[in-house]
Amino acid sequence: MSELQELYQEIILEHSKAPRNYRRPAGTNRTAEGFNPLCGDHFTVFLDMDGDKIREVGFQGSGCAISKASASMMTQSLKGKTKAEAERIFQQFHGLVTGENGAAANGADLGKLAVFSGVSKYPARVKCATLAWHTLQSALEGEQKPVSTEEE
Amino acid sequence: MTTVADRLQAGPQAFVAQPGSLDIAAIRAEFPILSREVNGRRLVYLDNAATSQKPRAVIRAITRYYEQENANIHRGVHLLSVEATEAHDAARRTVQRFVNASRDSEIIFVRGATEAINLVAQTYGRANVGEGDEVLITALEHHSNIVPWQMLCEEKHAHLRVAPIDDRGELILEAFEKLIGSRTRMIAVAHVSNALGTVNPIKEIVVMAHRRGVPVLVDGAQAAPHIAVDVQDLDCDFYAFSGHKVYGPTGIGVLYGKYKLLDAMPPYQGGGDMISSVTFAKTTYKKPPSKFEAGTPDIAGAIGLGVALDYLTGLGISRVAAHEQDLLDYATEKIGSISGVRLIGTAAHRTGVLSFIHEDVHPHDLGTILDGEGIAVRAGHHCAQPVMERFCIPATTRASFAVYNTREEIDLLAEGIKKAQKVFGR
Repeated sequence: MSELQELYQEIILEHSKAPRNYRRPAGTNRTAEGFNPLCGDHFTVFLDMDGDKIREVGFQGSGCAISKASASMMTQSLKGKTKAEAERIFQQFHGLVTGENGAAANGADLGKLAVFSGVSKYPARVKCATLAWHTLQSALEGEQKPVSTEEE
Repeated sequence: MTTVADRLQAGPQAFVAQPGSLDIAAIRAEFPILSREVNGRRLVYLDNAATSQKPRAVIRAITRYYEQENANIHRGVHLLSVEATEAHDAARRTVQRFVNASRDSEIIFVRGATEAINLVAQTYGRANVGEGDEVLITALEHHSNIVPWQMLCEEKHAHLRVAPIDDRGELILEAFEKLIGSRTRMIAVAHVSNALGTVNPIKEIVVMAHRRGVPVLVDGAQAAPHIAVDVQDLDCDFYAFSGHKVYGPTGIGVLYGKYKLLDAMPPYQGGGDMISSVTFAKTTYKKPPSKFEAGTPDIAGAIGLGVALDYLTGLGISRVAAHEQDLLDYATEKIGSISGVRLIGTAAHRTGVLSFIHEDVHPHDLGTILDGEGIAVRAGHHCAQPVMERFCIPATTRASFAVYNTREEIDLLAEGIKKAQKVFGR
């Protein structure tokens, strides 16, 4: 498989065209906005938190195939997870897409999210893959200020 | 055939343009980076509006400076310092000729167009814009011709006014003229839009402004590589451009200013080289351009820029412009006719830039797929977010041309776009 095919795997293309949980859940009690000022990508992540637990999660916004598929698959992987579990998944995902922390080993724990391993060959696209996740983190922290990929 | 390096040895008179059309293959051979491979393909460099590649003559001039001439200027009585000073002064005269300024003291070396605009905002602007006054820009501007004026207006409690553009990406001149009022103290406008390629009617703008006694700064960063610049003919008060977009090195740029304005302006930064005398009680400043050039300048950069401008002049700017216009017309037809592609910016008078979106492929994804084909384009908002907002899009893909580009490269771009369509299922 070429690097390009590894980046744009079928499941990623499919999620980017038909993103899951592309909505604001009725019981939303946490919201955060995220921007990538370098390319204009912009997402809002909605959380319906039951105490420490994610009851529902959705997102809306615009971005490239990588950022949109990442947001879509993120929402699928988080339903029913606690805040601490969500943060651990993000750490593993971050390691996977940046190629740090023994990405291959981590990939095994990430389930379907492992399809984003191809991003590590494209350093310029890491911010696309992580934008929704940074936004999620901000929503979990209950921060009021929009997050930006340029303020890490 | 004589090479540019040979002609460089012979002095600037050897750069006089030869009649006839350009030999693009010979030009390409002068740019070492163009023979490099990217992802297994020959590089197709279509990101010239971000920065141009450098001809061997420029690279050699910089190397030669550091190997043979390096010394600080305006300081030593020793030979190297004298030679470095002469080379730096000669570069200033080359810039003067390139923009047809009436004297070389109207040419100030800065880091780039961004610093040139900040210099004017922080000196002329702070001295002449007060509470309730207005600065007028256009909706086409690059962030570098927005933010310095915003900062000035914030500090002075002045107002930033923005003249609108139409759906083709052309400045609406009637609206622009109406926005010049009794409180307008400064007008700052791009010669060529970096995001859309629109060429603004600078002469008409200057006439409108001067009728009301308002000075005009022209951001020429995207114009200088593509069209002949004559500051006396334009009659603009300030003209800014960057060296690295006109085949010169990064870190060097130019501010042209009318001498009378420069002479009356306060200095920019303080330090060595810009003073006549210093005591703890009082410092007196030198005349322009030294007044605005504190500290040791980018001597190698200025020399490299001088050689780059001589190179461009040697090719003949009108022949360069004709070649680039042919590329733009060809690309407009070729790329514009691909199904799913929409061109952004369709002004009657454009240069250098083809901006577009694809209904199924986001610019970032297209940029990555094209990179896989060895094709370098820019994907994003091009530091012109208000332009993107005007067209209700987050980003575009931008192919931008230089003298060394060819129709074949545009064919490769078209094939790359079609490949991306396949990946994204069309």
